[in-house]
Amino acid sequence: MSSISGRLLQTFLSYGVRILLLLLVVSIIAFALVCLSPVDPIQQYILGVGSVSAEQREELEDYWGVNDAPVERYMNWLTALLHGDFGVSLLYRRPVLDIIGERFLNSIALMFSSWLLSGVIGFTLGCLMGMYRERMTDRILKKICYILSSIPTFWLGLILLLVFSVYLKWFPIGFSSPIGITSSEVSLWQRLYHLALPAITLSLMSFSQIALHTRQKLIDVMESDYVLFARSRGESRFTVLRRHGLRNIVLPALTLQFASFAELFGGSVIAENVFSYPGLGSAVSAAGLNSDVPLLLGITIFSTLFVCIGNMIANLLYGVVDPQIREAQS
Amino acid sequence: MKEPLLEVVDLSVSFKMYDSLLERKELKVISDLSLTLYPNEVLAVAGSSGSGKSLLASAILGLLPPHAKIGGKMYYQGRRLTPALQKELRGSQLALVPQSISYLDPLMKIGKQVDGHKKPHPASDRIKLFEHLGLPKGTEKLYPFQLSGGMARRVLVSTAILSSANIIIADEPTPGMSLEQSIEALSMFRQMADSGKAVILITHDIDLAFQFADRIAVFYAGTTVETASSEDFRTGPSALRHPYSKALWNALPQNGFVPLPGFQPYAGDLPQGCPFSPRCPMSTPECQKTMPPTQKIRGGEVRCIYAT
Repeated sequence: MSSISGRLLQTFLSYGVRILLLLLVVSIIAFALVCLSPVDPIQQYILGVGSVSAEQREELEDYWGVNDAPVERYMNWLTALLHGDFGVSLLYRRPVLDIIGERFLNSIALMFSSWLLSGVIGFTLGCLMGMYRERMTDRILKKICYILSSIPTFWLGLILLLVFSVYLKWFPIGFSSPIGITSSEVSLWQRLYHLALPAITLSLMSFSQIALHTRQKLIDVMESDYVLFARSRGESRFTVLRRHGLRNIVLPALTLQFASFAELFGGSVIAENVFSYPGLGSAVSAAGLNSDVPLLLGITIFSTLFVCIGNMIANLLYGVVDPQIREAQS
Repeated sequence: MKEPLLEVVDLSVSFKMYDSLLERKELKVISDLSLTLYPNEVLAVAGSSGSGKSLLASAILGLLPPHAKIGGKMYYQGRRLTPALQKELRGSQLALVPQSISYLDPLMKIGKQVDGHKKPHPASDRIKLFEHLGLPKGTEKLYPFQLSGGMARRVLVSTAILSSANIIIADEPTPGMSLEQSIEALSMFRQMADSGKAVILITHDIDLAFQFADRIAVFYAGTTVETASSEDFRTGPSALRHPYSKALWNALPQNGFVPLPGFQPYAGDLPQGCPFSPRCPMSTPECQKTMPPTQKIRGGEVRCIYAT
């Protein structure tokens, strides 16, 4: 038992080191890109203070150190970051970490529900298509998958908004809670109600990938030698699916789903904007549009971590579930 | 004469293929193949690799891919072997012993896999059999990739022994084995036949088939050209009927290693008439007209108009 926990610790440590290195590289690239971009944080700061003279502006630039060498500025930022100080958002005038924490809670609800929904729908449809390959069910579902994966998220979001919120009035038009009440009064039901349409949009965008992948995997399994042998031993097609199919396709599907955190985050940026949903995604576009450099960089670092963790889970799952990889690791 | 357990009459298997973009062509892999299988016997179906022998196993089990077209008739204990009957017999009366470890689910433990989905026998039977087959304790807890080649073979054979099947189809059970391992494997099939079952041994190892089979059906270009007792094959060309069987015998290392010029025609590229005629020393224009019918000569069956 101790060897297993020791191995797990070792795996975690090696992933931890890799993630830290990656975060460092991402922070350098993100910082360099912001330096090269026309984004002007002083201008944004002045907007909040009121009009200033040219001298005052110069003083401010000196105070914030925007004219220092980029390397020096990066080191200052990194040092602060390592002390847990992500800076203060210029747009919201609050610590970046607080904003990320608050927005992330909203986003995680949206991303997790759409992630779950797309996983379940995608996997089920994939199994159906694989079992009824080249029959009517498969052909129709496959076309739907191709169409959905080629539609842009914002467009689908707008259409759903138009149909279900504007015409049918089944869902609210935006935000994560009703307008005009304080956040402490919002009930769980109201939150879910506001969450539904953005989550459906987001999962509609991503289930086709998992469905098509599962379909192909199941077809491969059904044509394999071991399924032929299982059938020769009297197993029906559905027994084969239950005994061998699911066992052999769940793992790749799960891995793909965990590795899709990057697309999930990217999709949520667009969906949150379309639905005015106050999550991390709408915060990142607001930060970009309003030259809120501390918030922009903070979210970049945070989302990198988020995607890395998703990939790490995918990798770890393989080791836990697949006996061949489990043995190779030991 | 005993009642035949299985009869295959003029079986043909073909696949629809797209030759070019629009031209559809039928690829005949097995043509007019006939076999009769009796209880207590090992019938070897011998022929070179890639000649479609494995499809014979799939055809009997009713597990050909959906785009395969099947012709001819098959009977199980006198009953017409329909897809419904095949479904009923699979796993109960018909058992397949596949050729390699790739026929085991890579993610399922051996014990669960050997027991099968219906668990027709108590686990204690399997434990006893594993012990008898010399499989080490704990084998049932292993995954297929953890088995050695020899263990995998015994595991695969164990599935057929545990089933109550009376027809066992062994598909190339010996490639990649040492001589001792092959002998061990074939002895297991011999024992099964001696205990009242019937075994179809699909193999390209003619030499070993002579030793363990009762009768041998020589498979050439998708059909059986001669079916004769192993005794005839041990005796040599004088006892054999078909020129291909004789050539096969002469090509064995201990019998002179005489090669036969030419090569077996591929499915879809078969010559008109007798498929062996282009390589046959006795070939006449008559041979190229139609496929020779099966004749009974000296207790064997042969498809050659000049057979004696």
